Amino acid sequence: MKIFVPMDSAAKAVGADEVVAALRAAAPDAEIVRTGSRGMVWLEPLVEVEISGVRHGYGPATPEDAAAILDGTSAKALGPVEDLDWMKRQTRLTFARVGVIDPLSLQDYEAHGGLAGLRRALGMTGQEIVDEVKASGLRGRGGAGFPTGIKWQTVHDAPCDPGARKYVVCNADEGDSGTFADRMVMEGDPFTLIEGMVIAGLGVGAEQGYVYLRSEYPDAIKVMRRAVEIARASGVLGRDVLGSGRAFDMEIRVGAGAYVCGEETSLLNSLEGQRGVVRAKPPLPALEGFLGRPTVVNNVISLATVPVIFEKGAQAYADFGLGRSRGTVTLQIAGNVARGGLFETAFGITLDEVVNDLGGGSASGHPVKAVQVGGPLGAYLPVSKFDARLGYEELDAEGGLLGHAGLVVFDDSADMLGMARFAMEFCAIESCGKCTPCRIGAVRGVETIDRIAAGDLDAAPLLADLCETMKEGSLCALGGFTPLPVMSALTHFPGDFARVREAAE
Amino acid sequence: MPDPAIDTAEIDEIIQAHLHLEGPLLPILHALQDAFGCVPAAAHVPVAEALNITRAELHGVLSFYHDFRAAPAGRHVLKICRAEACQSVGGTALAEATLARLGLDWHGTTTNGAVTVEPVYCLGLCACAPAVMLGDRVVGRVDAARMDSLLAEAGA
Ligand SMILES: Cc1cc2nc3c(=O)[nH]c(=O)nc-3n(C[C@H](O)[C@H](O)[C@H](O)COP(=O)(O)O)c2cc1C
Ligand code: SF4
Ligand code: FES
Repeated sequence: MKIFVPMDSAAKAVGADEVVAALRAAAPDAEIVRTGSRGMVWLEPLVEVEISGVRHGYGPATPEDAAAILDGTSAKALGPVEDLDWMKRQTRLTFARVGVIDPLSLQDYEAHGGLAGLRRALGMTGQEIVDEVKASGLRGRGGAGFPTGIKWQTVHDAPCDPGARKYVVCNADEGDSGTFADRMVMEGDPFTLIEGMVIAGLGVGAEQGYVYLRSEYPDAIKVMRRAVEIARASGVLGRDVLGSGRAFDMEIRVGAGAYVCGEETSLLNSLEGQRGVVRAKPPLPALEGFLGRPTVVNNVISLATVPVIFEKGAQAYADFGLGRSRGTVTLQIAGNVARGGLFETAFGITLDEVVNDLGGGSASGHPVKAVQVGGPLGAYLPVSKFDARLGYEELDAEGGLLGHAGLVVFDDSADMLGMARFAMEFCAIESCGKCTPCRIGAVRGVETIDRIAAGDLDAAPLLADLCETMKEGSLCALGGFTPLPVMSALTHFPGDFARVREAAE
Repeated sequence: MPDPAIDTAEIDEIIQAHLHLEGPLLPILHALQDAFGCVPAAAHVPVAEALNITRAELHGVLSFYHDFRAAPAGRHVLKICRAEACQSVGGTALAEATLARLGLDWHGTTTNGAVTVEPVYCLGLCACAPAVMLGDRVVGRVDAARMDSLLAEAGA
């Protein structure tokens, strides 16, 4: 009997290890494979039992369910996992193997299409590799949506002193609340990130890579470190990548709990061992990045998507999507939502479909009030904006920000003044300190919102002015975009900012 | 005051083990903290000398990052997520009740030295919020009862 149970940290956080212990005790001879998560977090721990080659799901499982799952009588039976609505409606390209394979089995990885992209890339020149990425339309999934192929071109073309090197740096800082796609790939299919980084190295002429991984992800750190060792021992990494004579190696580096270190130049400073202060651009990291050398900095999902682009071809990837947002978006549906998790689909799906249809509305059963899209620097969108389509330009036109594609759902108990205050407080805590409008402005922002809460009528225009100053006078998006959640809350939910005044009247 | 529990030979060993890296400072600080529970003051001079940076620069780095401690935490560190997804399902109330019950503020340690409570901004468990981490162990869908059993387990 073959059983699959995720070792993804979301599954572990809701008891997957305890379920595995119960299954082991009840069926000592069964083969239990730990996998990544399918992304249906509301069903975790999701146990899958293989019956005549088809994986049947049971969830959310508890240790007490073990016996009934094993004898097939469990009331938590969901049927074949691939036939579930959530699975059938997805286009899983980046996440094709996540939840399916043993994350640390290179054999499993290859059997499911892994390394095919790298093998193809090894037969191409650097320029051909860069062109393929350009043709795919892939844009950075870390937040800014910058075309990946163009970034790679800059690094490819960058002059490099003899003996000096170029670098590929993966941004795995994933600090945005409401996001976990990077974590799920690293825990569930680490070789795909490694393969993507090797292809990036071949494309731009870099032989060394770093993954800057946040310290809040101990499980992902362990899996990635082990995967790098395995890849090195199997010749996927090292002096002679898959016997090609080409070299690429990489290391996992751990962050130290600073949100701003997700900003690429702050990240590079941190990697160099300095304070994670943001650098002024230019120079672009592509030209003067890690240790002043040409460096590709890309998000985990951007890099983890590269292998499938090379496996299936750029056009096959670009065929998905909407407008200038090509390919798939890895939505992370979170917060007060009945069905939360990871859902990969072509760009262009509406907010309404994501929140109400896929997500099933709020977890509490109360009406949905708002969704924050794009992390702590993203806008709070009211239900009246739920027709918005999820694409970079499309969301921007609605005053929103797609960012890393996390969506946090709030029900009608949410206090939007409190959320605006939190956005300012977060900015104050995490500011790198370089710009006054961010460092001091955010502190003033908290005070100003407190004045509004106390019924001070004059404070609202002050808040708007302050946000304008932060927007104009900040070097990076932490100070520059914190006004987005704040002002969207104020604009779309004025009632939450007037409550005390009304009570006083 | 030099701490007798701090072994300077071990400090030197940790530093030496990382000097071949490009950008060795953060890996050294993490390794020191793993070994001693903090970045001990006794390590400041050797680290600064080995990397050819000033003590002021080292201090600047140590104070910039939330992770690095000057003194060890309690036996267990409980990180409670304060970020938006956790707030959307009652995370703020859970955090406040926990701090009140322990009589602590953020970063505080229980008088018996069992638990230090730290804020954290997202653990990537936003679809099974509210989320906390006890040591390296992640816990999701935390309610009052779950928190009680975690605290009991940690000896708070
Ligand atoms: C305050 C701040 C935090 C950021 N955090 C992250 C992060 O955690 N992960 C990430 O990939 N990009 C983050 N970014 C965006 C990066 O600066 C950069 O655009 C990205 O890593 C580039 O990779 P991509 O083109 O593949 O998206 C952040 C930006 C800012 C301003
Ligand atoms: S906006 Fe804030 S975080 Fe960004 S560079 Fe300026 S001070 Fe630093
Ligand atoms: S917001 Fe709390 S785990 Fe992400």
